[in-house]
Amino acid sequence: MQGKPLADAETDAAAAALSDRPIAIQVNNLDFYYGKTHALHGITLGFPERSVTGMIGPSGCGKSTLLRVLNRMYDLYPGQRATGEVLFAGQNILGNGLDMNALRSRVGMVFQKPTPFPMSIYDNIAFGIRLHERVSRSEMDGRVEDALRRVALWTEVKDRLQASATALSGGQQQRLCIARTIAVRPEVILLDEPTSALDPVSTARIEELLDELKTEFTIAIVTHNMQQAARCADQVAFFYLGELVEVDSTARMFTAPRESRTQDYITGRFG
Amino acid sequence: MDGSAEQSAVAAAPQITRRWDGDSLFRTLVVLTGISVLVVLGAIITIMVTGGWKAFSTFGPSFFVTAVWNPVTQHFGAVAPVFGTLASSFLGLLIAVPLAFGTAFWLTALAPPAVSSVIGMAVQLLAAVPSIIFGMWGFFVLVPVMAHYVQPTARHMFGHVPVLSALVSGAPFGTGLLTAGLVLGVMVVPSITAVMRDVFVSMPAVLRESAYGLGATRWEVMRRVVLPWSRQGVVGGIVLGMGRAMGETMAVTFVIGDSNHIGWSLFAPANTIASLIALEFPESPAGSLKLSSLMALGAILMAISFVTLWCSRVLLSRGEVKAGKRS
Repeated sequence: MQGKPLADAETDAAAAALSDRPIAIQVNNLDFYYGKTHALHGITLGFPERSVTGMIGPSGCGKSTLLRVLNRMYDLYPGQRATGEVLFAGQNILGNGLDMNALRSRVGMVFQKPTPFPMSIYDNIAFGIRLHERVSRSEMDGRVEDALRRVALWTEVKDRLQASATALSGGQQQRLCIARTIAVRPEVILLDEPTSALDPVSTARIEELLDELKTEFTIAIVTHNMQQAARCADQVAFFYLGELVEVDSTARMFTAPRESRTQDYITGRFG
Repeated sequence: MDGSAEQSAVAAAPQITRRWDGDSLFRTLVVLTGISVLVVLGAIITIMVTGGWKAFSTFGPSFFVTAVWNPVTQHFGAVAPVFGTLASSFLGLLIAVPLAFGTAFWLTALAPPAVSSVIGMAVQLLAAVPSIIFGMWGFFVLVPVMAHYVQPTARHMFGHVPVLSALVSGAPFGTGLLTAGLVLGVMVVPSITAVMRDVFVSMPAVLRESAYGLGATRWEVMRRVVLPWSRQGVVGGIVLGMGRAMGETMAVTFVIGDSNHIGWSLFAPANTIASLIALEFPESPAGSLKLSSLMALGAILMAISFVTLWCSRVLLSRGEVKAGKRS
């Protein structure tokens, strides 16, 4: 931390509050390969509990790849492998003998495009819950309503829960996908550019939502939108060409980055 | 820059008057080839219907409901071979669909890419095996096995059970509906597998990933997400396989047992339309009522095939529309 540029007391306080939080996921010295392509180089990064970590950087810099390591989604594809250490719940999740389905129920994911399943709105939410728990009909109704309320979708869909989820608008579908993810009660939520396919109004709603969700969940969000990172994130990590260039509290990152590459990207000189 | 490009374009401008360049000849040729398909199809339908007209007019509607096939009394009916065709195809599908589904599921969700491509190729090769080979395999391998092991075992197990005993009754010939169904099953697996694999693969990866992302197992993803999404394509593939099974002649003729009989027994010899035509055609003199009846059967088979093909087209195209909307 030497050579720290001048920062005002407020940003310092925010940074201190962030560094006081326990770490939910700690990535240590992570390397990732798509076959022979070396996509991530020695990433070390901690995701503080119940806060939003924004991941920014130009396309192909590896930020989505990192996200896919955190719930081992890359496991679905042969030829993709990771080395290093990712500590979650006291365990290295890159190790063998892991219950992948249990891991993914604790580390949920929301994708770039809304991905409603070809079933009713109700069943979309119930799907994830049924995978892991046996709940009574009335409890299920409660869980579905709760999940939909938390993404502010309940009033819009409560009269047509049995209608197909694919009939919803794009923004509604994305909120449904978030509801579906939190209904499983994960600890961490990964969001891969969740608003890039949405209109500004829907985007604003989802950003508001993140602010509420972070009181309960640890959130990692990949975004192309610098303003979004500035608005939503508590901590921002800048990736470039598969390397983690810099990570710091949002306030510091956008006012006084340490690295000139960060400065250049943030001010729009490249990327 | 612009000016010079314009200049050179003017200099190189082609003459507007039309030169003879063979294009119109080529055009005429391809139009003719296209039309010839229609002509051939029309000719086949005409021949089948006019050829079978004598049978249709002699027996009237009763041709469609009588099971008699008696060259001595010159009395013919279509029900037995139609039943045999539908029953053997249905049995074939009963065997082929789970096999094809399992293969397609494994190839798309579980198998490593190298293995997947090898097995995928093997499935395609299976489709290329001539049907006479399947017939020989059925006759020399499957029929003895059915006669010596399968039917006696089945009778031993189910012979005393009220309803099931009917299904296993009859002398153990080895030939019969079930044997034909088995052979047909193996024969239509490749085409059904290919269609299923295509619809499974065409599902957006991100939809599959979101299901995995919630912690679903591969089977749960397949059953709850992939299958509902690709239902129509899957059904279309099955109907396509059914169309193939109904028209299959050579392999079935070897193992069906040639008997115009309708019964419950899975092991009873029977006939399909195709096998009956193949067996009886050489013994049918020109202009005879028997030949006309065979032609009428052919017309019926074509009608059934058209209907199933049309159904599969409708189902598959609806699946495509659905897929297109989603992507």
